[in-house]
Amino acid sequence: MAKSISQEFVKGLWEEIPPFRLVLGLCPTLAVTKTVEDGLGMGLATTFVLVCSNLLVSILRNIIPPKIRIACFIIIIATFVTVVELVSQAFAYRLYMSLGIFIPLIVVNCIVLGRAEAFASKNGPVLSVADGLGIGIGFTLSLGALGAIREVLGSGTFWGNPVFGASFEPFTFMVEAPGAFVCLGLMLCIMNMLGKK
Amino acid sequence: MREMVKMIVVLTVLSCLSGGVLAALKNSTQDRIDSQILKFVKGPAIEKILPKASNDPVSDRFEIKIDGKEKNFFVGIYEGKPKAVAFETKAGGYGGEMGVMVAFNINTDKIKGVSVTTHNETPGVGARVETAEDFKNQFAGLDISADPKVKKDGGSIIPISGATFTSRGVCAAVGKAAETYKELQSQIKEKVKTFTK
Repeated sequence: MAKSISQEFVKGLWEEIPPFRLVLGLCPTLAVTKTVEDGLGMGLATTFVLVCSNLLVSILRNIIPPKIRIACFIIIIATFVTVVELVSQAFAYRLYMSLGIFIPLIVVNCIVLGRAEAFASKNGPVLSVADGLGIGIGFTLSLGALGAIREVLGSGTFWGNPVFGASFEPFTFMVEAPGAFVCLGLMLCIMNMLGKK
Repeated sequence: MREMVKMIVVLTVLSCLSGGVLAALKNSTQDRIDSQILKFVKGPAIEKILPKASNDPVSDRFEIKIDGKEKNFFVGIYEGKPKAVAFETKAGGYGGEMGVMVAFNINTDKIKGVSVTTHNETPGVGARVETAEDFKNQFAGLDISADPKVKKDGGSIIPISGATFTSRGVCAAVGKAAETYKELQSQIKEKVKTFTK
């Protein structure tokens, strides 16, 4: 419990980077990382929900009765998810269309509920925000990286701009569902190799 | 007993707050969301059926109240004169409600074109309705009193193969649109005149 704010923040970036180390939140990780833009957009949406719900849960942690804490967390999380949904619909409609059903599905993202239950309900607001921000940014980077690999190989573009010459034949397997699993598996494998030393 | 009361109070207060916040946000973003939907969902559909219009049909629109609900009518101007009007109708497809945009030529009272705005059809089967121009072109030139039906139902429309339900849905939506047009004909023509420049 004696960890500093910066330690709580940094752990989300490497030590506990969500999809690779914790292997949590795989539904959006696999489903929306067809392009870098979608991956980062999804990551940012999740980060926003994570930070806000962590903050509110940690402020209310002494008021919420333990027996109904999960129900309370879900209400808080669902509220912020709906905020994200409405705001993205109003200001980033293209992103909203490509993320589609996966925005409302942030509600059931294990990372968000997991952080609320495991961290925010036991720690103060400042530490909880640092934790949420760290995990969120780690999640965003992971989705961005996966999205980059899949987009470059699968459609031959990066952020919508072609990176290879006209003769490039896209490896369409990568933008389909099996490609997502293979790509995630290889990333996990590399992360484990790096982690072992 | 006190614990019970506390649980009920906390959960109720939390739910009410969440509901209030979301209702307020929904109200304040509604206009922007509507205009985004017009631009990104209806815009491309309108462009397809009112090609080469000299105006922007999305901004040149008027409303008529039908059964207490405002309906948008989009005006297409050709050679300086408003010649066509398009509006959306809904009908059930295979995977739920489909939105179909239908354009009418106001001089000949015939259908000018049909395109799909929103649908939930099966990818690769019913979803081909998005691109099946041959199918949709069959409606162009039909009289407003010709109740379009697929061949199986005794009509003349050749359905998208393997997607009879979707094709039926489009027919139903077009039929409904023709019905609405017939009913409101004089009102529509009156309003359209105001767009003459």
